[in-house]
Amino acid sequence: MTGAQILIECLEREGVEIMFGYPGGVVLPIFDRLYDSKIRFILTRHEQGAAHAADGYARATGKVGVCLATSGPGATNLTTGIANAYMDSIPMVAITGQVKTFLIGNDAFQEADITGITRSISKHNFLVKEVKDLARVIREAFHIAATGRPGPVVIDIPVDVQQAECDFIWPEEVSIRGYKPTLFGHPGQIKKAAKLIAESKRPILYIGGGVIISEAHREVKELAETIAAPVTMTMMGLGAFPGTHELSLGMLGMHGTAYANHATMESDLIIAIGARFDDRVTGRVSAFAPHAKIVHIDIDPTSISKTVEVDIPIVGDAKNILGQLLEEIKKKPDTKKWLEQVKEWKATHPLRYRHEDDKIKPQFVIEQIYEATKGEAIITTEVGQNQMWSCQWYKYTKPRTFISSGGLGTMGFGLPAAMGVKLGCPEKTVFDIAGDGSIQMNIQELMTVVCNKIPVKVAILNNGYLGMVRQWQELFYKRRYSSTKLCNPDFVKLAESYGAVGMRVTKKDDVRHAIEKAIEIDNTVVIDFVVEEEENVYPMVPAGEAINRMIGGMA
Amino acid sequence: MKHTISVIVENKFGVLARIAGLFSARGYNISSLAVSETHDPAISCMTIVVDADDEKILEQIKKQLNRLVDVLTVADFTKKEHVERELILAKVTCAPKTKAKLESLLDKYEAKIVQRKNNTAILEFMGAQLDIRQLLHELNQFGIKELIRTGKIAMA
Repeated sequence: MTGAQILIECLEREGVEIMFGYPGGVVLPIFDRLYDSKIRFILTRHEQGAAHAADGYARATGKVGVCLATSGPGATNLTTGIANAYMDSIPMVAITGQVKTFLIGNDAFQEADITGITRSISKHNFLVKEVKDLARVIREAFHIAATGRPGPVVIDIPVDVQQAECDFIWPEEVSIRGYKPTLFGHPGQIKKAAKLIAESKRPILYIGGGVIISEAHREVKELAETIAAPVTMTMMGLGAFPGTHELSLGMLGMHGTAYANHATMESDLIIAIGARFDDRVTGRVSAFAPHAKIVHIDIDPTSISKTVEVDIPIVGDAKNILGQLLEEIKKKPDTKKWLEQVKEWKATHPLRYRHEDDKIKPQFVIEQIYEATKGEAIITTEVGQNQMWSCQWYKYTKPRTFISSGGLGTMGFGLPAAMGVKLGCPEKTVFDIAGDGSIQMNIQELMTVVCNKIPVKVAILNNGYLGMVRQWQELFYKRRYSSTKLCNPDFVKLAESYGAVGMRVTKKDDVRHAIEKAIEIDNTVVIDFVVEEEENVYPMVPAGEAINRMIGGMA
Repeated sequence: MKHTISVIVENKFGVLARIAGLFSARGYNISSLAVSETHDPAISCMTIVVDADDEKILEQIKKQLNRLVDVLTVADFTKKEHVERELILAKVTCAPKTKAKLESLLDKYEAKIVQRKNNTAILEFMGAQLDIRQLLHELNQFGIKELIRTGKIAMA
């Protein structure tokens, strides 16, 4: 078999059904084999779109997302998507073509050292210099991408390796001696955690994306209900615990709910599960949760005591550890008083915004999407205000229903991600909640979704600004709106020229109808919601402040 | 504070770059680095000496080293009993007037001259860090023209 044949054979055996990418000179042998393969190949309009689509597909399905690009610019265009997947621990395999092995290092046409470039933004990467290694490398790449703390793996394949021939041997087993993720928690640590839980008076569960990756949402719910502790989520953790549950506090941190932040700060025990104490969560670290002991469950030892020192680290897979922990909990804490306090915070500091009759508030649009979809849509977002409002005003009840760029904060993620989500979950309504700035970063993917009949709904919260940056300029730079006012295209005409349906909504009363109509239309729909220009996301913790020092008059 | 870290890795291309990258990404300078194959040619050993004041950051780097797929083990020898050695080559002035004095100094340290040319000598010395520092201090009077050190290797 040739290298290209081996690659496609391996991908099929790994269960790959869909790939995203873009052809080019040094991947022609692969594309020639794809022509006869049963793998569905989605030709995006930009390699970044391909990487985000693979990422979105992986987030929605839990399977490994796969993207493919040529050498040089094709490969460098993938890098934002690779870094994005790395920051959010998304299983992905990115395959790049490379110039002929004897030309590597010669500044050959379309040459880039992509293994060098992606070293710090991928979980692992491979340059395959001999065709005999190819099958093993692909097997290892999928294994590394999907296990432990998942992440993107890059496989760089020179064109002569794709053309070279060798016998195909499928490696049944994968064994990498330097790579053995810890799966079960240390029993001694779990006993200690159970003891702390029993002794606590004000426990809180702080859960992140790791719960979704490990599919530990049932165990989390059982733990929360067993010990009667409130649950707060990071942005990546939204959906891991039902946002409608009475123990849910929603998201914490910079734009979290006031009650989540107060509860975290006043707690005496934080049970952190698959979360990494990101700076957007902790605010000023030295002031974070001063009374709390911390139990930290995470599969990645580097996440533990990285920013916040923890008392009981437990390394392993969240689902396994919670199973072990639940068996160990014999005495439950008395949290009655604590839950009353939390309830009071919820009543006195709810999320809110000022309604106006003549203007559309962006929060209102999201609430209406929530109601119209009965909370059953999958939401992707871009980055900025649109993203934070999507965290606050849509209630996620199931894992893998909120798909957003967390760690890297990549504008332009939402539309290509929605494409991947829709392909992974075709029966679901998929909304990309976008800003007028972000949507233009990968708007070319409208052509891909229309052309491939992947009907997604794009709700643009069009305020004519790069809203989040403008908000910071308003609050911290004396309203000097430097480079944040946008000139925009006519999004309706733009959508129509791509073959999608475009709508514009300028009146509050028309919002719901437009959303309902968009859901019914069996095509990609772009709704341009002309919203209040200078609306801010509140509450807000200014950078470097303790998370109970929130601003926003109504918080 | 200087830390001596011993890392056992797969003997593959690109591994050194991955490891060096973890230090450089935090603005840490590697003060010395010795890499070579072990008795098993598939495995290499790296002895890395790094100056790190923030223990927490170093702890984080060690965890991240461990996380690399090509890394098999990571050991910090700093507070552990271990044997360490380094080899140096030094080119010094060796005029007829000072020759005897130089030779007696070298005898004291069990260092030896491996090449003489005109009025210079290249000498070699192997020892622990402290001995090397003392020898270099005493060699200063002869005028050190060139100095090369292998970086230390360590075993526990």
